[in-house]
Amino acid sequence: MKYLDEYRDPELARRLLDELHRTATHPWQIMEVCGGQTHTLVRQGIDELLPAGMRMIHGPGCPVCVTPLETLDRAMAIAARPGVTLASFGDMLRVPGSHTDLLALRARGADVRVVYTPMDAVKLAEEHPDRDVVFLAVGFETTAPANAMAVLHASRLGLRNFSMLVSHVLVPPAMTALLESPECEVQAFLAAGHVCAVMGWTEYEPIVARYRVPVVVTGFEPLDLLEGILMATRQLEDGRAEIENQYVRAVRRQGNGEAQSAVARVFQVTDRAWRGIGDLPRSGLELRPELASFDAARRYDVDGLHSAEDPECIAGGILTGARLPTDCTAYGTRCTPRHPLGAPMVSTEGTCAAFHAAGRVATSVKEGTSS
Amino acid sequence: MITECPVPRAETERVLLGHGAGGRLTAELLEHTVLPAFGGQEGPLEDASLLPGSGGLVMSTDGFVVSPLFFPGGDIGSLAVHGTVNDLAMRGAEPVALSVALIVEEGLELGQLEAVLRSLGKAAQEAGVPVVTGDTKVVGRGAADKVFITTTGVGKLLPGLAVSAANARPGDAVLLSGPIGLHGTAVLSTREGLGFEADITSDTRPLHRLVAALAPLGDRLHVLRDPTRGGLAAALNEVARDSAVAVGIDERAVPVPEPVAAACDILGLDPLHVANEGCMVVFVAPDAADAALAELRSLPEGSGAVRIGEVLPADGHPGRVVMRTVVGAQRIMDMPLGEQLPRIC
Repeated sequence: MKYLDEYRDPELARRLLDELHRTATHPWQIMEVCGGQTHTLVRQGIDELLPAGMRMIHGPGCPVCVTPLETLDRAMAIAARPGVTLASFGDMLRVPGSHTDLLALRARGADVRVVYTPMDAVKLAEEHPDRDVVFLAVGFETTAPANAMAVLHASRLGLRNFSMLVSHVLVPPAMTALLESPECEVQAFLAAGHVCAVMGWTEYEPIVARYRVPVVVTGFEPLDLLEGILMATRQLEDGRAEIENQYVRAVRRQGNGEAQSAVARVFQVTDRAWRGIGDLPRSGLELRPELASFDAARRYDVDGLHSAEDPECIAGGILTGARLPTDCTAYGTRCTPRHPLGAPMVSTEGTCAAFHAAGRVATSVKEGTSS
Repeated sequence: MITECPVPRAETERVLLGHGAGGRLTAELLEHTVLPAFGGQEGPLEDASLLPGSGGLVMSTDGFVVSPLFFPGGDIGSLAVHGTVNDLAMRGAEPVALSVALIVEEGLELGQLEAVLRSLGKAAQEAGVPVVTGDTKVVGRGAADKVFITTTGVGKLLPGLAVSAANARPGDAVLLSGPIGLHGTAVLSTREGLGFEADITSDTRPLHRLVAALAPLGDRLHVLRDPTRGGLAAALNEVARDSAVAVGIDERAVPVPEPVAAACDILGLDPLHVANEGCMVVFVAPDAADAALAELRSLPEGSGAVRIGEVLPADGHPGRVVMRTVVGAQRIMDMPLGEQLPRIC
């Protein structure tokens, strides 16, 4: 695999930055939708090298962060049952629910497994017919095809001890909700390259046309982001609003038809609550009725979930880009990666965690130049 | 718009896997639970300790619980030798003798145990250190995972060396003897069947010959550290903390093999946090940096040695590690928290 050094070249980065500084004449505000992009921006310090006044607004694209609290509490209630093996991607294990997290549940005896693909969870169900394996299926359009394939595979195998707790979310409705908000300050978007690798960008065309907002499909390496920011800035400077594709090595306009077809066979669009944002119509995916036997939410009757909320955490503002982690009174004190109060402090893709890992502090307490 | 977030109840009553991952949680466990039970600890936590009144004898102990037992480039047997030999070497000592304690799970195939022990014996012989004592226990099925090994090593200080995690000084050059991330990604890939094994093999190997090659530098050699659990980020943060200095690292200078970078990218891991078992960080006076690099590169295990940064002037932020990124910005290189949890996408 030779895709890394080429996109991390300091000389090319310098040239792109110089070009950006020559191009930008206004303090533009651009949102990177995806948490992976936020992670690279903050880890590399790209957002601190932008022209004066120009700002990256960190978007809601961290699948860990936006998974509803109720879904997490449900997952934990299911994991605590005897005979259940709960399988999930790694960073879901540390997301705080109302009372605990999956890592702590594991320490107390629950069978909680980290898997790397949903097929691993299907394999667990095959290998352990005496266990009920539940896969916590979260994420954007990027992870939906693999999760769909896992359900189809489990169906072919006739597995009765495999189910999924589904909390998939979709990017375009979130972008629309942000643009409809009266507080919206976003002037251009960097669309998530991995999402577009699956879905293409036809869904974004109506958004661009209706809201007159530039969208640049962008990758995740430092040079990808610099180039995506430059392309978005050029559009803003020219007064254009178009869809452009920076991530040409991975994305085509129509996306991946096979992946889309697998998703359509298994999932259907539904309304979905986003943690920190609220209910967004037709913004999620759920299992189709004919596959209801694989739906863990139906299979496990979990009652009495009471979510406890902390008024100090400003996750909603963080996830919509309205606030910065350093605006939060709990950031770095009561809320750290060791004791996260909210999901954005958990995943490396969460804005708060990305800020914390890079040593960012509130402007009022900044010291020196290394923050 | 909902702006609330849940308050989790942090787990404070049970040990988590993350407590053993070499990051912040491990430090907390040591500080609050382990060390107070032994009357506390004066000074920095080193890889090995000088035995009082022994005339330069150094002692270290280490437990090995790696799963799987065999991985590309090594196994738990050779690892148990290399780990302790290296801990002694990081205090500037050459190994004199080892003890080996085995905890074996009932039901382990004898052939597997024999293979592990043959490898351990071979690694000890190659390192020139005899196994002089030991112990074997067998526990019921499920009470251990196949076999756990504890090795204790005694070493003798090389003349003229006084290295310590507390000895880094402003201006020191920071060197790295070889590429990072190989061991952790090789083990993880094998354990989880991720398929990176063809390209990535563990770097497990003894480092005492490299240290011996640096011995002529005497008191210009300040700190040696092998970045095992918690990776390079944890090792540098520990040195910065124990020496009360700020350390500056150039991201582009840190050698991350392409397959490791690719695997970490796919899994959402940070190569800086991934465990190593065959490289070391060296803090050396600036006027000795070139000589140290030449000595390291003169041996196969140091052929990839590079300079990755320096200790910043005293007016910096003591205890802080700053990384200069490829785009020319600066960020803090933080201590990893606990378990490395692969991200979703």
